[in-house]
Amino acid sequence: MDMTFAPDPLALLVIGALGLIVVGAAGLAFGRHLFRLVLALGLAEAGANLLLVIAGYRWDAVAPILTGSAPAAMVDPVPQALVLTAIVIGVGVQALAVALLVRVKLAYGTLDLAELKALVERDIRAAAGIGEPDSAQAPATLPGPAGLIGERP
Amino acid sequence: MHRIATLLFALGLGVLLLGLAAQLPLGATPMAIGNEILARAPGEIGAANIVTSVVLAYRGIDTLGELAILFAAATAAGLVLGHAGSRSRNGEAGFILRTGSDLLFPLLLTVGFYIVLHGHLTPGGGFQGGVVLAAAFFASFLARPSHRPGHGVISLIEGLAGAAFIGIGLAALAGGGAFLQPLLDRGMLGELVSAGSLPLLYLAVGLKVGAELAGLLAQLAE
Repeated sequence: MDMTFAPDPLALLVIGALGLIVVGAAGLAFGRHLFRLVLALGLAEAGANLLLVIAGYRWDAVAPILTGSAPAAMVDPVPQALVLTAIVIGVGVQALAVALLVRVKLAYGTLDLAELKALVERDIRAAAGIGEPDSAQAPATLPGPAGLIGERP
Repeated sequence: MHRIATLLFALGLGVLLLGLAAQLPLGATPMAIGNEILARAPGEIGAANIVTSVVLAYRGIDTLGELAILFAAATAAGLVLGHAGSRSRNGEAGFILRTGSDLLFPLLLTVGFYIVLHGHLTPGGGFQGGVVLAAAFFASFLARPSHRPGHGVISLIEGLAGAAFIGIGLAALAGGGAFLQPLLDRGMLGELVSAGSLPLLYLAVGLKVGAELAGLLAQLAE
């Protein structure tokens, strides 16, 4: 563990990348809004990509591109190629997620998770023909009339 | 309660990741294959950009899988958004935006194709250049929502580019090599026409990514 906490700039970079992953994961768990969840996913993905690139990095080396000048030591090209792939796939995943969000917004008019949960549960109950549950918070309603169940606040 | 649990989760994840990272050999190449590729790629592939050698020559079939994933995501997004585009906005943007997009369009096209065609020489390549190409078409679409490029044209370009990528791979297979093995003459290292079939592969990738993203963005904007 003490190697990580030594004043090594590369270790600082690694800690930064790990921090991005943790912030993204915490955002995924804390998030109350669907669009923020997509953003948190992007943040965690950026951290993971950064970590991969750092894994192949060396201070005394140049980018793995041959130029006319004298050959110098070059960094590992394999993680860079992997990250290129990961970025493109991340774009695809985010595009699909945003497309789903557009549909959710059109269907329910909100992206807030708590509101969405209530609306979706209401729809599921309506589709299954089950009435509102009796609870201490909600006033008891008689199961049956579909007009009441489909009502939105 | 939920917040405390989430905080504990984030802390635990951080400690776990730090513990794993403490065992990383920082600053040293973790895999022997990197140095091997660095030593052999210029002679074997002939591309000045070694990342391109890895992406298109050594891991060409992975890139084909990556294209397939992007295609699946774009198709799924189109499927999900299928009927969302019923409300069409026909209003044109203002004069300044339209003129700006007209000015930007040829410049973005030039930069995009430059990045695609120099993918084997400089940082860049089909994916990066393809995104710039998609941005060129998307900017003009935003300025003139009614002049949308035909969906058929986009699908045609996308399909032809994907078929060309697979076709080059199959040609190598027919010539007695492995699938997607680089073909043609390697040429002089660092020249525009070099590295065999890699520029052709990257051109196919660039056109496919550009067409896919342009169609996807247009569909999201509707």
